[in-house]
Amino acid sequence: MSAMLEIRNLTKSFPTHSTFGRQTGEVKAVADVSFAIEKGQVYGLAGESGSGKSTIARMIMGLTRPTSGAILIDGQDIAGQIGTRAHGRRVQMVFQNPGASLNPRRTVAQSISVPLVAHGFDRAAQPRRIGELLDMVQLPQAFAQRYPHELSGGQKQRVAIARALAVAPKLLVLDEPTSALDVSVQARVMDLLTDLGRAMDLTFLFISHDLSLMRNFAQRVGILYLGQIVETGLTAEVFERPTHDYTRLLLASVPVISAEEEAMRPIIPLIDGEIPTAEKLLALRGQATGKDTP
Amino acid sequence: MSALLSVRDLSVDFTTYGQTHQVLHGVSLDVPAHAQIALVGESGSGKTVTMKAIMGLLRQPPAHIRSGQIFYDGRDLLTLADNERLALRGTAMSMVFQDPMSSLNPVFTIADQMGTILKYADRRLGRSRSARDRMARVHEVLAQVRMRDPERISASYPIMLSGGMRQRVLIAMALLSEPALLIADEPGTALDVTTQAQILRLLKDLVTQRGLALLMITHNLGVVRETSSYVYVMNKGRVVEQAETATLFANPQSDYTKSLIAAVPRLTGGTRYGTVTP
Repeated sequence: MSAMLEIRNLTKSFPTHSTFGRQTGEVKAVADVSFAIEKGQVYGLAGESGSGKSTIARMIMGLTRPTSGAILIDGQDIAGQIGTRAHGRRVQMVFQNPGASLNPRRTVAQSISVPLVAHGFDRAAQPRRIGELLDMVQLPQAFAQRYPHELSGGQKQRVAIARALAVAPKLLVLDEPTSALDVSVQARVMDLLTDLGRAMDLTFLFISHDLSLMRNFAQRVGILYLGQIVETGLTAEVFERPTHDYTRLLLASVPVISAEEEAMRPIIPLIDGEIPTAEKLLALRGQATGKDTP
Repeated sequence: MSALLSVRDLSVDFTTYGQTHQVLHGVSLDVPAHAQIALVGESGSGKTVTMKAIMGLLRQPPAHIRSGQIFYDGRDLLTLADNERLALRGTAMSMVFQDPMSSLNPVFTIADQMGTILKYADRRLGRSRSARDRMARVHEVLAQVRMRDPERISASYPIMLSGGMRQRVLIAMALLSEPALLIADEPGTALDVTTQAQILRLLKDLVTQRGLALLMITHNLGVVRETSSYVYVMNKGRVVEQAETATLFANPQSDYTKSLIAAVPRLTGGTRYGTVTP
């Protein structure tokens, strides 16, 4: 078994409450999701807001507890390890908005040293390690003493990547790492992530709503809709021969820049109106059956 | 001067903390009547400053329009009296903003907000109509942006609507006083991809059906290709390239445009990330 990450029947429900705090039911943010990522591979989770992709990331990081199901990293169930150093050394995360995920009052060096301190890294060796990490993300050494407001968006995201790599994790969760960046900066950050992945034999879980980016970065992809993976497989195959209507709708919606790409988009009538969200489905179900609190 | 909107050699400075920076360097662009024009650039390229100068929304100081003219229908907006300019803004030329939540007032219903806009637009144009006629117009415009139930929508507060519906409300607001020119600043960027596709198609349909001119300001080359027939590319305060949209993608001339197009990931694959080949 060489899966770096294995997700088995993962489910997360959140209770819903009435205005006065009485529990009225529950919403399944993630419903029976299973997938695995082989070592050194990139798996893409694509979905729109409310699809459950960030909830899955939070459960892998131990920030949210699953209602049921199992998460295995390198063959070990993380259930008993949440919050331990062992868990933090195996998996780290890069967040969407580097402006918000870096502390504005810490220098770059201080930000990168947080995980080093938390994992009991030798204090005397820290400056050297920080220097190495800055090299890895191709930032000049002088940046160690800078504050986030002195950096551009792309530079900030490089610092966030350096911080995530500080404890040399095997698995990196990337939650929309470039959605706040310009397209030319995005290309350079993706170059960096690809290089680092190869050099350090990293495994990536890549969460994004950008299907064009996913096509070029992830070998396998899972399409999430209302907490369920509606389609999964090799990225090239899913994109060339989508079988689920939602995948087809997503692909048909991507703005593209060439006739070849346009030819790839399924031709479907874009319905005017809203794609149902989990909340709406819940409301509909509530109307139909009344309360159905388990 | 046949274009509906024509920006000529516009240069803008910003002065902050005693330092002056030139932000626009002689920008020129034309939006003919009924045409769909895109202005594309990355952050800091000057596309938003250009838009604000056109709409008269630049705060001066810190901004200073050093030189240039902005002609609308043959009249230079920069030399018009304030009240004449005001009469055009939101009436002859209107805007659709990027973020629907921060552009709507959370404590008033859609009907209140749209009614107020219409009332003042009418006043600037020296017209008046009854409250009932105003509501009829509000419902009419909401139906034009393909809202199924205009009465219910107009009675709603912004928080009761989804992101896509709020963006539709903003488009409806811009259409209230039947403008000839619509300026859209990254519409749909804050929305999911399926909703964005709906909004872009709606804008396109409205513009063609109603014979409006559209200036689409965006950072997304895909949006440029889907919504415009002619495009201006901005970088560092300058228009670095302008061409028919199809020509720009088929045969980009400037190095900047080439690098921008090369950076866009393709749905067909083939973009190779990483500097080392495996």
